[in-house]
Amino acid sequence: MALSRIQNNSYEDTAVHGVRNLIDNGAMQVAQRGTTASGLSSIGLNTVDRFSGNSATAGSFTLTDEQSSDAPAGFNYSRKLTFTTAQTTSAGTRNQVRHNIEGYNTAHLDWGTADAKTVTLSFWVKSSVTGSMAVAFINQTETHSYVTDYTVSLANTWEYKTIVVEGPTVGTWNTDNTIGIRLSWDLGSGSTYQTPTSDAWVSGWYYRTSSSVRPAETLNATWQITGVQLELGETATPFEHRSYADELARCQRYCYVITGGGDWHTYTGHVQNSTSFLWSATFPVPMRAKASATFDNTNTQYIQGNNFNFGPTAFAISAISQETMYVNTTSSNMTQGHALAILLNSDNKQIMDAEL
Amino acid sequence: MNITNAQYQTGIDGSSNIIKATVDGTEMYIPTDPANRHYAEIMRQVEAGTLTITPAEEE
Repeated sequence: MALSRIQNNSYEDTAVHGVRNLIDNGAMQVAQRGTTASGLSSIGLNTVDRFSGNSATAGSFTLTDEQSSDAPAGFNYSRKLTFTTAQTTSAGTRNQVRHNIEGYNTAHLDWGTADAKTVTLSFWVKSSVTGSMAVAFINQTETHSYVTDYTVSLANTWEYKTIVVEGPTVGTWNTDNTIGIRLSWDLGSGSTYQTPTSDAWVSGWYYRTSSSVRPAETLNATWQITGVQLELGETATPFEHRSYADELARCQRYCYVITGGGDWHTYTGHVQNSTSFLWSATFPVPMRAKASATFDNTNTQYIQGNNFNFGPTAFAISAISQETMYVNTTSSNMTQGHALAILLNSDNKQIMDAEL
Repeated sequence: MNITNAQYQTGIDGSSNIIKATVDGTEMYIPTDPANRHYAEIMRQVEAGTLTITPAEEE
């Protein structure tokens, strides 16, 4: 049987067989940092990977952030925010969920040129507060933004939303390993961030419209999102489900958490002097930039000779690249020149952060 | 970001290309990479005059 034709007329110039979705972890599957965090005073990188927040001047609310198993059909997880203390909004309050897309992954959109391409954002949302809520597209330097509203019609009900945006022909839109596009879902920013013109590209840094409601002002308000997809073209296509392994690797470009989950992570090293030893680790994928390291030495062990020993008292980075790190570890009773192995316990986390 | 206690660290090659700092209550080792968001914020605060980075301790 001859293969005569592959139909491709419904997705215009969108790559049907390649990677359509420019969003990492859009189904909220990966949560390396943890699955729940409570008592928060800002929306940040607390649970699901790649979905952060911006609430730098808020501080007037308290929040629980979860990777929730409540999700619409076809999905297993959502990101759920619960405002356990209602926000008191001032003009300068910022309160948004964000997803920053790396410039390498948005370069083909030609934003900031006469060839700027149209994109379509689609997502599922569930909110206890109904009404108009804002989504914004912003460049890294926050000199250009586009704000539009979507409507939550029914409380506590999953609803599917699509937003088509013509690409901007002006502004600087990075095409390297910095932020290409900032996506923002506003949950209660102040009047300072209210766009002068909705559904249009404007100069400046805006997150909401004059019609946008503020879920954060309602005690125990909940807001959930999943199935986030941003794609080339004017049509929202079905969500591109990628494998967990694929999504994890994508997320590890921005954050790598070394944690055991019941296993030991083992690395080899050598003793530098009587009070310190050095060990190296290779990251599973090259990271976006040289990462910030947060260490936890609780219950960590090392093997020198035939002896297990507890008690490295501190870790410090001695050298780091986008692929590897070399860690100086403070301990005691070391024998210079010995080789050793270090075993990182599953109870703690070493977090390498190269987020945008 | 609330950043305090910033101090350069001496790396394996003797250079000061790592900063130890407390970021929002968490101690971190931050490479002096302009693409690193923590380093970018440190430099923004240094330029604004609201943060000072202590030199590395002598070995």
